[in-house]
Amino acid sequence: MRVLVCVKRVPAVAGLITLTEDERAIDTKYVGFQVGPHEECAVEEAVRLVEAHGGESVVLTLGPAEALEQLREAMSIGANRAIHLVTDGADWDAESTAGAIVGAIRADEAANGPFDVVLVGNEAADSGGYQVGVRIARALGRPAVTGIKGLSVADGTARAEQEAASGRNVFEVKLPAVVAVLEGINLPRYPSVPGRLRAKSKPVASSSPDRPAQRLEMRRLVVPATEAKQAQVLGRGAEAAQAVVELLSSVGVL
Amino acid sequence: MATVLVLVTTADGAADKVALQALALGRQLADGGAVHALVIGDAAAAAELGAWGASSVHLAQHPQLDAPAPDAAARILDDLAGSLGATFVVGPGTEEGNTVLARAAARAGLPFAANCSAVTPGSPVTVTRSRWGGSLLEEAAIHADRVILTAAAHVFEAVDTGGSADVAAFTPALDDADLAVRVVGRVPAPSGGVSLSDAKVVVSGGRGAGSADGFGPVVELAGLLGAAVGCSRAVTIAGWRPHTEQVGQTGTKIAPELYIAAGVSGATQHLAGCKGAKRILAINKDPEAPIMTAADYAVIGDMAEVLPAISAAIRRARGA
Ligand SMILES: Cc1cc2nc3c(=O)[nH]c(=O)nc-3n(C[C@H](O)[C@H](O)[C@H](O)COP(=O)(O)OP(=O)(O)OC[C@H]3O[C@@H](n4cnc5c(N)ncnc54)[C@H](O)[C@@H]3O)c2cc1C
Ligand SMILES: Nc1ncnc2c1ncn2[C@@H]1O[C@H](COP(=O)(O)O)[C@@H](O)[C@H]1O
Repeated sequence: MRVLVCVKRVPAVAGLITLTEDERAIDTKYVGFQVGPHEECAVEEAVRLVEAHGGESVVLTLGPAEALEQLREAMSIGANRAIHLVTDGADWDAESTAGAIVGAIRADEAANGPFDVVLVGNEAADSGGYQVGVRIARALGRPAVTGIKGLSVADGTARAEQEAASGRNVFEVKLPAVVAVLEGINLPRYPSVPGRLRAKSKPVASSSPDRPAQRLEMRRLVVPATEAKQAQVLGRGAEAAQAVVELLSSVGVL
Repeated sequence: MATVLVLVTTADGAADKVALQALALGRQLADGGAVHALVIGDAAAAAELGAWGASSVHLAQHPQLDAPAPDAAARILDDLAGSLGATFVVGPGTEEGNTVLARAAARAGLPFAANCSAVTPGSPVTVTRSRWGGSLLEEAAIHADRVILTAAAHVFEAVDTGGSADVAAFTPALDDADLAVRVVGRVPAPSGGVSLSDAKVVVSGGRGAGSADGFGPVVELAGLLGAAVGCSRAVTIAGWRPHTEQVGQTGTKIAPELYIAAGVSGATQHLAGCKGAKRILAINKDPEAPIMTAADYAVIGDMAEVLPAISAAIRRARGA
């Protein structure tokens, strides 16, 4: 079985977000980078599929030269090799991202045969486009399932589960297929030290696709105004318990 | 004036709340023009939509559409948008809405803007849309003759206009390929427990719980209050609690009367999931933790001492 997993390098913001002066990016002077939670799980799922069925998993990113870090990270938990579509760091909209990924898939498949499963995150952690997976599927004429929290593959069919009101919906689609996953589908492993060492010598194929005109053209980022609150301190330590009970009863939850 | 088509998703005979909000956005964009609503399968829900601002309602009925089939929905939406000459195609910013509108855009070869909180007509149309689960906004221009987007949840107010609209039922053209992705079964939810997304009170623990065992006092207090248990991502990736309890951007979005967050720092992605809470009580040993500027009330201290003391005080209050 051949599995492709697509990841996006994003800033590891946690607290207050500050923007660059041109207001077109997050100021990352003091923050690191990572792939989003959905994609961490997608990588884990790719590695598990190959552990269960044999074959190879390939990790792909479209991003700046530094995104090699995220590819190595994925290879350190088990992805076999990587495809790096190198950009100059400019923002790519989801439609052009999908287009470049489709080009890379076609090229790899021409040499190595089809990817049985293409895994993506349900939505990118930063831009939340909700569409790269279904665009890839449409271009390749494959089925896509989205919002997936459970996946198993047997006899050329994927069984995929999606959370719905009071239960889960089950889809069954023929492979090859595109699966957009959500965090919670699995608990990703941490890379081991030998895993990190092995990742350093795994192959990375790089190319630089052209960035087409952006039809969803990001112009400016804005940090939304939130009402700046300052919590009323009810007390310190165990002594505060009585004040908390009074609060609970005054808001009617006791 | 513009021609607008709105996908109204439904459940059990009623339109989804966010879909009615999308209809309100559609009405605003139409600016006196036609507001077409598309409903798939659900005749009861279709009948109500005139009151929520639709000027005409299209009800797609097909024997194969008894179970959700997102590509079929996208095909019907795209075909209808074409025959109406719609300049805006709008849907709800929910999982279902986003996947169907994304698929419709992919079919049509057009851009798609998910989770928009403002839309300004013009050439090009500009939108404000959510990034980072709403912690950041993006202003973007959409370069396309037909603008396909979803309305961010709980931004637009559904308006009961008291109007009425004819419902035109039709049988859409569908191929096997449109039905390749279709729900073929259901796994029922495990029964018991309080549902996190609907809970009136949620008690969460973060990394400050220290271990899986450190959740004992969180679970105890939740039990006393009939509350749901929540947690932060630091907790789920450590394997202390299941992901179904995670609150936040990539977890569950909650809107309780009271949210008690113990040992949670208040990262933007966590706040993205609990900003719908009416009141937040933070329990944290760090008075400078970011959650202090999102919370209404705070107790400064070690959660391993504070939570059991609160539970004991509740028992005392009830015993008296
Ligand atoms: C794309 C993306 C999506 C994400 N989605 C989510 C999400 O859905 N939900 C989520 O929660 N996070 C999410 N995160 C992660 C988020 O950025 C934070 O890493 C995470 O919320 C931190 O969890 P925490 O507050 O429990 O841990 P920490 O940030 O480590 O905070 C622990 C807090 O506990 C306090 N503390 C320590 N010991 C005690 C004690 N004994 N008593 C009282 N207080 C104590 C500390 O003062 C501190 O404030 C996401 C991140 C990314 C990049
Ligand atoms: N630049 C990128 N490189 C590789 N994969 C990407 C990129 N952008 C998006 N993806 C994949 O597509 C998913 C959905 O992205 P989006 O549709 O933009 O929200 C992400 O979770 C990734 O798996």
